[in-house]
Amino acid sequence: MDNARGVPGVYPAAITLQDVRPRLYWPITLAAAALVALLTYGVASVGPDTSLDESLAQGKRVEAPSAELPKLGSGGTGSLADEKGKVVVLNVWASWCGPCQSEMPLLQRTHDKIAPQGGVVLGIDTQEPPEKALEFLSEKRITFLSLRDRDREYGRKFGITGYPETFLIDRDGKVAALKRGPVTQEWLDQHLPPLLEERA
Amino acid sequence: MRVLLALVLVLGLAGAAEPRTTLPDVEDEVMCVECKTALNVSTSPVADQERAFIREQIAKGLTKQQVKDALVDAYGPAVLGEPEAKGFDLSVWIVPGLLVAFAAGGVALLARRWRRTASEPEAPGPDLDHADAQRLDAELTSFDR
Repeated sequence: MDNARGVPGVYPAAITLQDVRPRLYWPITLAAAALVALLTYGVASVGPDTSLDESLAQGKRVEAPSAELPKLGSGGTGSLADEKGKVVVLNVWASWCGPCQSEMPLLQRTHDKIAPQGGVVLGIDTQEPPEKALEFLSEKRITFLSLRDRDREYGRKFGITGYPETFLIDRDGKVAALKRGPVTQEWLDQHLPPLLEERA
Repeated sequence: MRVLLALVLVLGLAGAAEPRTTLPDVEDEVMCVECKTALNVSTSPVADQERAFIREQIAKGLTKQQVKDALVDAYGPAVLGEPEAKGFDLSVWIVPGLLVAFAAGGVALLARRWRRTASEPEAPGPDLDHADAQRLDAELTSFDR
């Protein structure tokens, strides 16, 4: 480093990164690279899990995730595994979601219709106080069981991106079809009867 | 009478220490769980439900912290907008600490270097050539007269 100390009007040159090489140059470069890599990974990993959609697109049925969740309106817990051997229409809903409100009567009718054939609708209520959810179910006269997925942790395993979303689970506990958005009578008529005819 | 006055004073001070919570006071510190934005700028249906829930808790006389606890109980910890201490979110807690440690190490290293440079003896100036030396001697001698 050029030191001009002692000469009036001339000051020592500022210390730059070049001056502290090689002791700090590489650690700083590596730390910056690690930070950029971490940010890149963070941005890339925030997207929803689409593995279920991809498997179904290839005609493969995937084991449906199961978790013990609190039952809405009654004590204790329940899970999808409790319904093994039945065809399950798993519907993810919330009372504040407009399309969920609209499709609820259709789901209740479906539940009533498929129950004698070994089918059931199972609701997964998410991100709301249980009192609000129960108020909504009572108002809509819904009788099928709903579980409470408060943190959306369970929903994430299905790659949930919004509400409502519906998954058809076969008698072996595998996802056979899914609908990201409100279900229609046509969609249910297309996918449910073949599943109900299958034996475990 | 004095006892009654003291009681009123104590109750009044207790009330003053814990001001009544308001919706704006809470909604700027929590998140809309679905839209992932601050609740006070969210207009989605779930944000409306969250606000109604907060109003109900305030009407029950809950403190700000109690309202926030009730929100976590109803909507999960995501309502507080704090990253979880697990998975990738863990980096939010670790990276700033590492950066501070790294920066402190760098500053310590540079400070040591600057101190060492500052303590070095100053280099003597350039030697005078013969003519200048003679002129300087003549000048200094003139002061002795």
